[in-house]
Amino acid sequence: MVEEIVVNPVTRIEGHAKITIHLNEDGSVREARFHVTDFRGFEKFCEGRPFYEMPSITSRICGICPVSHLLASAKACDDLVAVETPRTAVLLRRLMHMGQIIQSHALSFFYLSSPDFLLGMDSDPSRRNILGLAEKHPEIAKQGVWLRKFGQSIIESLAGKRIHSSDWIVPGGVKTPLSKEKAEAILSAIPKAVETALNAVTLFSKTLESLGDNVGDFGDFPSYYMGLVTRDGGLEHYDGRIRIMSSDGKIVADQLDPSKYFEYIGEAVEDWSYMKFPYYKPAGYPGGAYRVGPLARLNVSSRCGTRIADGLLKEFKKLGGNGVVQNTFMYHYARLIEIVYCVEKAEEILRDPEIFDMNIQAKASLNRREGTGVIEAPRGTLIHHYRVDEQGRISWVNLIIATVNNNLAFNRAVAQVAKKYVNGRTLSEGMLNRVEAVVRALDPCLSCATHAIGEMPLKILLYDSENNLVDEVGRG
Amino acid sequence: MSKPIELTIDGRKVVAEEGETILKAAKKNGIYVPTLCYLEGVSSFGGCRLCMVEIKGSPRLFASCITPVAEGMEVLTDSERLRRYRKWAVELLLAERPHVCSVCVANGSCELQQLATELGVDHLRVDREWTDYEVDLTHERFAYDPNRCILCTRCIRVCDEVEGVHTLDLMLRGKNSKVVFDLDENWGFSQSCTSCGKCSAACPVGALYVKGKPLSEVKKKDLVSFIMERRSGK
Repeated sequence: MVEEIVVNPVTRIEGHAKITIHLNEDGSVREARFHVTDFRGFEKFCEGRPFYEMPSITSRICGICPVSHLLASAKACDDLVAVETPRTAVLLRRLMHMGQIIQSHALSFFYLSSPDFLLGMDSDPSRRNILGLAEKHPEIAKQGVWLRKFGQSIIESLAGKRIHSSDWIVPGGVKTPLSKEKAEAILSAIPKAVETALNAVTLFSKTLESLGDNVGDFGDFPSYYMGLVTRDGGLEHYDGRIRIMSSDGKIVADQLDPSKYFEYIGEAVEDWSYMKFPYYKPAGYPGGAYRVGPLARLNVSSRCGTRIADGLLKEFKKLGGNGVVQNTFMYHYARLIEIVYCVEKAEEILRDPEIFDMNIQAKASLNRREGTGVIEAPRGTLIHHYRVDEQGRISWVNLIIATVNNNLAFNRAVAQVAKKYVNGRTLSEGMLNRVEAVVRALDPCLSCATHAIGEMPLKILLYDSENNLVDEVGRG
Repeated sequence: MSKPIELTIDGRKVVAEEGETILKAAKKNGIYVPTLCYLEGVSSFGGCRLCMVEIKGSPRLFASCITPVAEGMEVLTDSERLRRYRKWAVELLLAERPHVCSVCVANGSCELQQLATELGVDHLRVDREWTDYEVDLTHERFAYDPNRCILCTRCIRVCDEVEGVHTLDLMLRGKNSKVVFDLDENWGFSQSCTSCGKCSAACPVGALYVKGKPLSEVKKKDLVSFIMERRSGK
């Protein structure tokens, strides 16, 4: 059962996950489940802590995208102190967010997923990783490493360090302004970043052609899509309002107040997993399954708002009927388009005349008893919701984390892959890798530990119709 | 003028004044001795055991902050044995309450953290206590988190001896001791507190701090000794 470290930090669940596949009497697949079997309890142990500690505590949920939690948490704290964050502070936070998305997406695509389709799903598992990639396609590996470094360097320029820069973002703003030298340094690397990201887009288009039909079985199913959008329906990562789109491209809800998420998102609990199952309330459970993340964001957005990314978005929307791309494999494509967008956006922010302004923090103490912060993390919509007592100590916390939003989608994708590749009573390594690959496409922050490179310690258990274990395959 | 006293510290001949402590003599001569509960300007009580030294001719160790110098004394401030004891002292302090540096205001400017690094404390050999004291945020400017308190009593001594108020004191005994305001009131409701902030300036860790600012910004370690120096007219 096992999967050390894998699904964990985004979901507040460390380490252990398993997939079970249940068979019918004739040996065909009845259903498959993605279980998360460990519990981290952030929502509980934050109780009693001063609210202003929340950004640094919750950013420890994840070492890959601490910035996402920092931002969501800081926004929830902004809400608690009820002040208007100075515009420059918002710009700087946005800039950091762009750096964060670039590095996280680059990690997901180049380090973790690309070995599958550049080296082959059935290639030798011991070489099917970033090192194998570096050997066979050194240029691609180098580009991936460089792009990730570029994203991290933006974070470092702002906060002084790349990971867990948790004291730079504070309720009401940020701590230190951006220096002109550092801004220049980032700007000078922008052209190379655009070029590198576009190379990856080209590479992926070619991959799509070569994979042909294989892509079709890769978690291609209808679902709702959720993401933040700007007032006019454009792509948005830091602020904005919630838009929900159905599988046929209809906008079923728009400009919803993110802080009222509980009015339209329900959270179901299953006794076989510690990860909750959020769903779109009006459609019920489990029919209201929705997906978040890069694919969902591009589906719900009518435009990106930057030149090159807008062109790519148009091409992207052609891949699906009614402009809605349903295939989980296309998460990769969406991720690359977002990298292009983030690089362009970073440049736009850096050229803003107010970026060096010194007014970067609105100071205030507690003014409200409840606060919510919602952002689009690299993996999807991230919600932090706190209540505090009269002293400002946290009395209640609810975190809906990007990966959790995709929980129902994980199960559907895993079931689809299982139905295609499992038949009878034995499992194969190729099967295991295809399941891994579909989980990876949804990018559940698998990457946190370096030993998860290319190969997560995962076990798959196969049960017959009487619930007897008939086979298991695993590694790690 | 008091009588000069000659002693050796780490093999170096030094001269000290009568009644002076070994720690002071060492400091005057630029010899480093780790300290934690000691605070320049207020009384010492030798509680933390970090400043322990060896004195030739005695099998026991002495807290240098409260041991006066004596003629011909041979003091050793650093040895394998001393490092072992000091390391244990820091480990036990860390184990007594849940010290989580990564989310603490004092991270990066904490004296306990600094000592742990210095002494090579990379893990604890005893089980940690996960105390669950209520954080006190009732004061408008300051916060008090007993879960981070190491009971060094620097705050109590500063409040009593420098500010002259004695708002703070210790309640209960042993590891259950707790620094309290007045008769265990919430800080914001304390009748005697003058909100001077000396206690938070004296706190070596992140237990008493100015709200909304990391310790690295507000740390005024030398505030107390500065005040005392001015008062003595030097």
